[in-house]
Amino acid sequence: MKPELTVTPRLAPGVRLNDKSQLPRTLLMPERALRLNGPSLEIVQLCDGNHTVQQIAEKLHALYSKAEPKRITDDLLGYLALLHDQRAIDF
Amino acid sequence: MTTTLPTPLALVAELTHRCPLHCVYCSNPLQLAKRESELPSETWIRVFQEAAQAGVLQVDFTGGEPLARPDIVELVHAARVAGLYVSLITSGLPLDEAKLAELVEAGLDHFQLSFQGATDETAREISNSTSHPQKLRVLQWLKKHRVGVTLNFVIHRQNIQELEEMLALVDEHRPGCVEFASVQYYGWALANREALLPTRRQLEFCVAKLKEAEERLKGKTRVVFVVPDYYAKFPKPCVGGWGRKLMLVSPDGAVLPCHAARVIPGIQFENVKEKSLREIWESSPAFQKFRGEEWMQEPCKSCDRRHQDFGGCRCQAFLLAGDAAATDPVCSLAPTRGKVDLILAAVNQPEQAIPEQKPTYLYRPNPL
Ligand code: SF4
Ligand code: SF4
Repeated sequence: MKPELTVTPRLAPGVRLNDKSQLPRTLLMPERALRLNGPSLEIVQLCDGNHTVQQIAEKLHALYSKAEPKRITDDLLGYLALLHDQRAIDF
Repeated sequence: MTTTLPTPLALVAELTHRCPLHCVYCSNPLQLAKRESELPSETWIRVFQEAAQAGVLQVDFTGGEPLARPDIVELVHAARVAGLYVSLITSGLPLDEAKLAELVEAGLDHFQLSFQGATDETAREISNSTSHPQKLRVLQWLKKHRVGVTLNFVIHRQNIQELEEMLALVDEHRPGCVEFASVQYYGWALANREALLPTRRQLEFCVAKLKEAEERLKGKTRVVFVVPDYYAKFPKPCVGGWGRKLMLVSPDGAVLPCHAARVIPGIQFENVKEKSLREIWESSPAFQKFRGEEWMQEPCKSCDRRHQDFGGCRCQAFLLAGDAAATDPVCSLAPTRGKVDLILAAVNQPEQAIPEQKPTYLYRPNPL
């Protein structure tokens, strides 16, 4: 399910990032783990319950200023939907 | 052919074989470890540190009943501090609200509560003990904590008819995940197979119901179904491949590539009391034995699926085909598949459709 731009995603219960000192950065979940790098790590770090999807999108637009903003937002919505279906985030 | 050694990702810490339940399908070995042989806290703590250093991400605390260890809170804390993601796999029995709060406080990430059925009556028949009302209490307590929750229903011929009620519990409590795990036939379950193996009709009912549930619960609760592999066309990639992902430390410190590995004759398992986890992972003969593909026979040796299922389960190959290096007999390409078909034919005789008498079970005891 794709999120609305106004919701504030956060990690679901039982889901957390491993420590900064532990590489590669990995999203730990019940019986599963997901390796994160580049944009996926940046997105997950912003799923803290304090940022709206719109704000996450804006941060990504600034970080990846060469890419077309609409594309970035679409990819973001797709990725958040995937994380939601995997029960990694709530929104 | 891979020459680089795989990294272990998961550690199963079988903290004890003691358990207040006596489930007829328990995955513990027939020879249960006694209390006096259990590793002390310090050794477990060292094992968690060594595991994290070797690359392990997650540890499953299991048993027996892990809550039977008086040092369980300390162990959860130590594993978390070592950098591991900590799951507790429990019957929920020796637990109260205060202990649950302590476990969460100590860093528990994920709480997996196992059910023997959806009703007290069935649960009692399967575990020869009373635990169902307590599990319902634990579900209420869990609501107060931010921790991952999985409900685990072990399913088989005697409780598949309660699937609707099991799903009602899921609807009521909305855990992050629900597992419907078909019994796998080793140890105690193998001894009780005749009473536990589901019929084909039950399986079809189950598949249909769970598919529907998966759709309905999408985005709310993840539904995992572990199929009864006797009915499958291809085997399960047992433990993600022998010596590829997982190591299990038993209560006395012996390190095994999977739960059932002790049934294979002639394998010596090394012990964390003598060697580091990494040394055992890298060079113990037990882990080397079926690592990679060298050991494979035909038809696995030249089969395209060998990187996917690794030829199936070694223990099942030994138990059903008498040769631990054979193709898993549940595979439709295995020369020994006929044995599995005979077992299925016996379960699916028309007379099995009429209500059976209560089976006589072999219950697992509680070790001293
Ligand atoms: S007896 Fe039941 S609850 Fe106890 S360890 Fe075995 S399967 Fe788990
Ligand atoms: S023949 Fe071996 S590798 Fe091929 S599907 Fe069967 S078990 Fe798997």
